[in-house]
Amino acid sequence: MTRSSSYLEAARAGMANACLQKSLRNLQARYGQGALAAWRALPDPDLRRRVKARRMQTLAHLDRLLALLAEGIESRGGRVFFAATAAEANRYVLDLARKHGVQRVVKGKSMLSAEIGIDAVLAADGIEVVETDLGEFIVQIAASSASHIIAPCIHMDRQQIGRLFAGRLGIPYSDDPPTLTRAARQALRHKLLTADMGLTGCNLAIAETGQISLVSNEGNIRMATTLPKLHVALMGMERICATLDDHRDLLQLLTQGAALQKLSTYVSFLGGPRHPGDPDGPAAFHLVIVDNGRSRILADPEFREVLACIRCGACLNICPVYGRIGGHAYHSPYSGPIGAVVTPLLHGINRHADLCRGETLCGACREVCPVDNDLPRMLAALRHKLAYGDPGWQVRPHNRREALGFKLWRWLIGNNRRYEVVFRILRALQRPFVGPQGMIDPRAGGQDGWTGGRDLPPLAAASFRERWRTTLGKGRSRREAERRQEQDHAA
Amino acid sequence: MPPQTVTLFIQCLVDALLPEAGEAMVRVFDRLGIPLLYPHGQTCCGQPAWNSGFRREAAGAARRFIDLFEGAEAIVCPSGSCVAMVRHHYPELFRDDPAMHRRALAVARKTFEFSEYLVDVLGIADLGAVFPATVTYHDSCHLARTLGIREQPRRLLRHVREVRLVEMSNSDTCCGFGGAFSVNYPDISLALVDDKIDHILRSGAKVVVGCDAGCLLQIRGRVARRGIDIQTLHLAQVLAGEATP
Repeated sequence: MTRSSSYLEAARAGMANACLQKSLRNLQARYGQGALAAWRALPDPDLRRRVKARRMQTLAHLDRLLALLAEGIESRGGRVFFAATAAEANRYVLDLARKHGVQRVVKGKSMLSAEIGIDAVLAADGIEVVETDLGEFIVQIAASSASHIIAPCIHMDRQQIGRLFAGRLGIPYSDDPPTLTRAARQALRHKLLTADMGLTGCNLAIAETGQISLVSNEGNIRMATTLPKLHVALMGMERICATLDDHRDLLQLLTQGAALQKLSTYVSFLGGPRHPGDPDGPAAFHLVIVDNGRSRILADPEFREVLACIRCGACLNICPVYGRIGGHAYHSPYSGPIGAVVTPLLHGINRHADLCRGETLCGACREVCPVDNDLPRMLAALRHKLAYGDPGWQVRPHNRREALGFKLWRWLIGNNRRYEVVFRILRALQRPFVGPQGMIDPRAGGQDGWTGGRDLPPLAAASFRERWRTTLGKGRSRREAERRQEQDHAA
Repeated sequence: MPPQTVTLFIQCLVDALLPEAGEAMVRVFDRLGIPLLYPHGQTCCGQPAWNSGFRREAAGAARRFIDLFEGAEAIVCPSGSCVAMVRHHYPELFRDDPAMHRRALAVARKTFEFSEYLVDVLGIADLGAVFPATVTYHDSCHLARTLGIREQPRRLLRHVREVRLVEMSNSDTCCGFGGAFSVNYPDISLALVDDKIDHILRSGAKVVVGCDAGCLLQIRGRVARRGIDIQTLHLAQVLAGEATP
């Protein structure tokens, strides 16, 4: 199966899933529209643009800021590892787990952990990995995958989750959310108390103070980062702010964009292991800063701004395509418009050509983006790479037939007489296919493309240019000349 | 001051599939006594190539367009997405060619979408049209979000006699056309237009008015296939007073 057909098949499956459709509709009506309203209500209408400018400035000094962050953490006895690739990051974490004799890992929600595939690496070594974010926990025990970057189990409803819990947690069936949440909490509490390693992501880091920050609404992050003796945080190298003031602005945009919250229930600032006298905290703290393709994005001015993204998920909550096909079609932890840009850049533009091409460029994602990322512009730029290939990004021309089509198109529109002759020939050829309703017969147009589900009007019996020539434009150039003459006289 | 001559930029889709919308625009300008020119050399602005990533071909189309239109006083087009192409993407296409970039910017500055030209440039909202029907307005993506034109078409519609303008929910959500997207990913495109049709039906309107031929063909093609009784009209057709509900 090619990836293209797997994209289409997953998209079709998503569209046919009534439960998913209902959830997505509710999600988009509430959070997508809500985020737009939140931006309109910001006391400072320039906040988003200012934060974006600051993000870009930060990215321009990324090396120095990351060094400052590392210095801060190391000064408190934490360790920092810079991983160039997913494999390097995985090896580092696995070595740590082995060294500390880790049997059980409790995780905080982390997109990056899915990107590098750490769970499978640890599991292959016989280490138990347990997600502690409720949504991620549900997805994990269902052996499914996240279909939204903030709401991972959006593709499941509470009846499905009730059946899942009855089967996997051994509780009587219930579809009552508080009952289900209590059951999950009970199952997780034991894991949290007995885990040897907490493995989390990093929402933002602050160079000035040498800390990472994590936001959550469930309290699981606090437990996962303080109960186990070892805490390992995975951080995408772009997720840094220079100052605590920058962090305040970004945090505000992150929680509003993600969940319409002025502030999340918990915000944790972590900067190293427990010190003598501290009431809690891990004995060892490691921060793994992951590149895995980000430097290449940073080096390309056309795509650099995508690194300003703070993964709030607002673009998923507004995108009409995501709203129909759901997250699984993207075959990546990053779905929706941000996934359509970042997945090809990280994992191959040809391989993910459907993600570059499968949007209408409607611009809703840009309007809702808290950091004003121009995702449609970048999608168009990715298509540009697919059109002609780009050795710098190891892209091959995607579709030679389409390329030939556009060469032909260019020839056709390059001369209006030629254009008109071809128009007339096509109009003559279409005659036998015009149906009784005056539309092109779908049997002629085929079941694919336009006519599979839509009627197509025939080429006009009199095109605009023909109408202009025969009636509309008659006598106008004379009138125009007269008018100009009058004007000249008046002058 | 005598009115500027308007040079008509008739989008290829309007020319070939929806000429009545172009003709309606001509009638509106005629009624206002505005002199018109139509350069016969025009074909396509290059948007299909741009959207698919074929920028060399798009630049060829843009060069041709600029040669043909740069002498105009004002260029007016019955399509938001084509104006967005000229205004925003032409300068982008020539960002490494200073001379062409300057010419592109000069053409971009005098290219206007139909409703924008009437309301913002001419300062006209009432064209004396009559249209006894309940209508709803579909915001096309590039018109609303790229050009920021949401109020102008509504203002023109509100001044039409006997019309009842009702808002549908999500009026600016994409109809699923997206150019080549509509034929490359028809299943997704159809799901989107079905959502749009649901919103139109729920608004109670019998007529949906838009300013982009692509959206109108998409919605019209789908309602025709599903046998739904909704009329699709270009704004110019309502303003020209020739369409009947």
